[in-house]
Amino acid sequence: MSTAIQAPQAPRLANVSERANQVAILWTLPALAFYILFAIIPLFIAVYLSFTNWNGLSDATWIGLKNWIALFSDSVTGHALLLTIGVMIISWIVQTPLSLLIGVFMAGQQRYRSVLSVFYFVPLLFSAVAIGLTWVSILDPNFGLLDTLLKTIGLASLAKGWLGDPNLAFFVVMAIICWEFIPFHALLYLGGARQIPRELYEAARIDGAGPVQNLFLITIPQLKYTIVTSTTLMFTGSLTYFDLFWVTTQGGPGYATRVLPLHMYITAFQNEQIGYGSALAVLLAFFGIVLSIVLLRFTGFTRMASQREGL
Amino acid sequence: MGVSTLQEKAADRQQQDRKPTLQRRNVWWEIIPAVFGVIWLLITISPVLYMFMTSLRPLTDFFTDIPWLPPSHPTLANYVDILSRDFGLYFANTVFVTVLSVLLIVVVSIFAAYAISKIRNRYTQTVFNLFLVGLAIPLQATIIPIYAMITDLHLYDTLFALILPGVAFGIPLSILVLVTYIRDIPKELHESMLLDGAGHFRILRSLVLPLSRPALITVVIYETIQVWNSFLFPLVLTQSSNVRVLPLALWSYQGQYTTNVPAILAAVFLSATPIILLYIFGRRQLLGGLTAGFSK
Repeated sequence: MSTAIQAPQAPRLANVSERANQVAILWTLPALAFYILFAIIPLFIAVYLSFTNWNGLSDATWIGLKNWIALFSDSVTGHALLLTIGVMIISWIVQTPLSLLIGVFMAGQQRYRSVLSVFYFVPLLFSAVAIGLTWVSILDPNFGLLDTLLKTIGLASLAKGWLGDPNLAFFVVMAIICWEFIPFHALLYLGGARQIPRELYEAARIDGAGPVQNLFLITIPQLKYTIVTSTTLMFTGSLTYFDLFWVTTQGGPGYATRVLPLHMYITAFQNEQIGYGSALAVLLAFFGIVLSIVLLRFTGFTRMASQREGL
Repeated sequence: MGVSTLQEKAADRQQQDRKPTLQRRNVWWEIIPAVFGVIWLLITISPVLYMFMTSLRPLTDFFTDIPWLPPSHPTLANYVDILSRDFGLYFANTVFVTVLSVLLIVVVSIFAAYAISKIRNRYTQTVFNLFLVGLAIPLQATIIPIYAMITDLHLYDTLFALILPGVAFGIPLSILVLVTYIRDIPKELHESMLLDGAGHFRILRSLVLPLSRPALITVVIYETIQVWNSFLFPLVLTQSSNVRVLPLALWSYQGQYTTNVPAILAAVFLSATPIILLYIFGRRQLLGGLTAGFSK
């Protein structure tokens, strides 16, 4: 009896798995094609171009390691690299505590907090270009909101062209970046904070713990996976801030805000040094991939990415 | 102590509120966060309010009005002005690029995600890992070769120049979100349909698609925002005003108008209208969509 059932099934199963293999290849093909053609291959072309001299019009000529040697001795590139690292550090130091506190604040049960959080997310609705243009108008030295306000309250000496001051511009753009991205990270922390079991706070309250103790002994330790997610995104995101810097300062005044992606763009598309620009692009990609691998290794990002923290 | 704690516990349960033991501390711990909450509200909302109020000011008032007060003679003239300056064309271009890109991303990603999560063999898992690596590649790092390729394909300065690389960079995260979701569809359902002789396409259509709707919505929202706001691809890959998309249009308005700040800010506000509407009518989905890939 049992053999009678098995006999017709065996070929059918083989058929099924053969069909599955066909489907596996056929159905992944379109996504792979797009992705390999416009993401993977460009990366390899960038590596190739980084060994050439090319102005975009004539043929590219092979010049070996010259771009790379130039890259490591170029003080502007060194400066851009330092600025980019500065972006990472400042982003993290400013955004993490604020996002965490705001996220935890929003997770509270009080009605007014959910009303406030509706407005807290509004910056997320605008593109970096839109945000940049808005802040440029706010920080304008002649008719801007900020300087007019300072002059009105008797602090006229503080009024200045915020984005035109080489010592300040970088920090001003960083402040705008924090304004732009804190809502997003606060959203992550809100999701994380909602997952913390209420019983932990109940137990702490019976033990007589106050709100500050709750924050440091329960909330922050419980949010450790969210902290890792948010940190990873901040670090890798720091390599990609182009739009906002471009719209607010275009890297200036001088080189004051010329971060790595901006330096790459200006070198390749404005100065038409495509070979050297490609070396900078490869440096950027290398940075991004190494950063992701390191963060993945040390934090188990994948495990945490699959942990439910949704709204 | 014990009695009062118990009483409070009972009271707490009624109010659904977390309260520290001491009544006086209780009040302060409600006031302090509320004060900071309101300060943060001001920081968040005042630039946006300023943007909106200024966009309603006539240019002459812009130089004389007090900037933090509502406009003294509110007008929609700036909006009319912006709309008459090909804004409709730029809007339509952006809609075209966004709809086509998101459609392509979703369609190719759902097929790939099905294969990766339901047909588990060495090939599909290698493909999946390849896509995961893609999450770490900054788009900026590939822009130079993409520019060269698009030029070679004679697509430079067309809307398709924006769609092709845009789709490529949307795929990895979309696949990650869909795979993590489709994986959780019970194996038994899938296997029983397979043994009933259903083809993979039928399983995808009648089992996987309906069950993964939340993940699909997330992907659609996330990619819509990404493509809608994309700036570097249009900056590098297009040039003419007839293929201009909104972020680039904002940038060029800024060049044309320079001192007409109210008009620029009207354009800024207009450019975000679809996303603002999305927020008003689907806040939960939009916020969920923004954290795509980290929410499941």
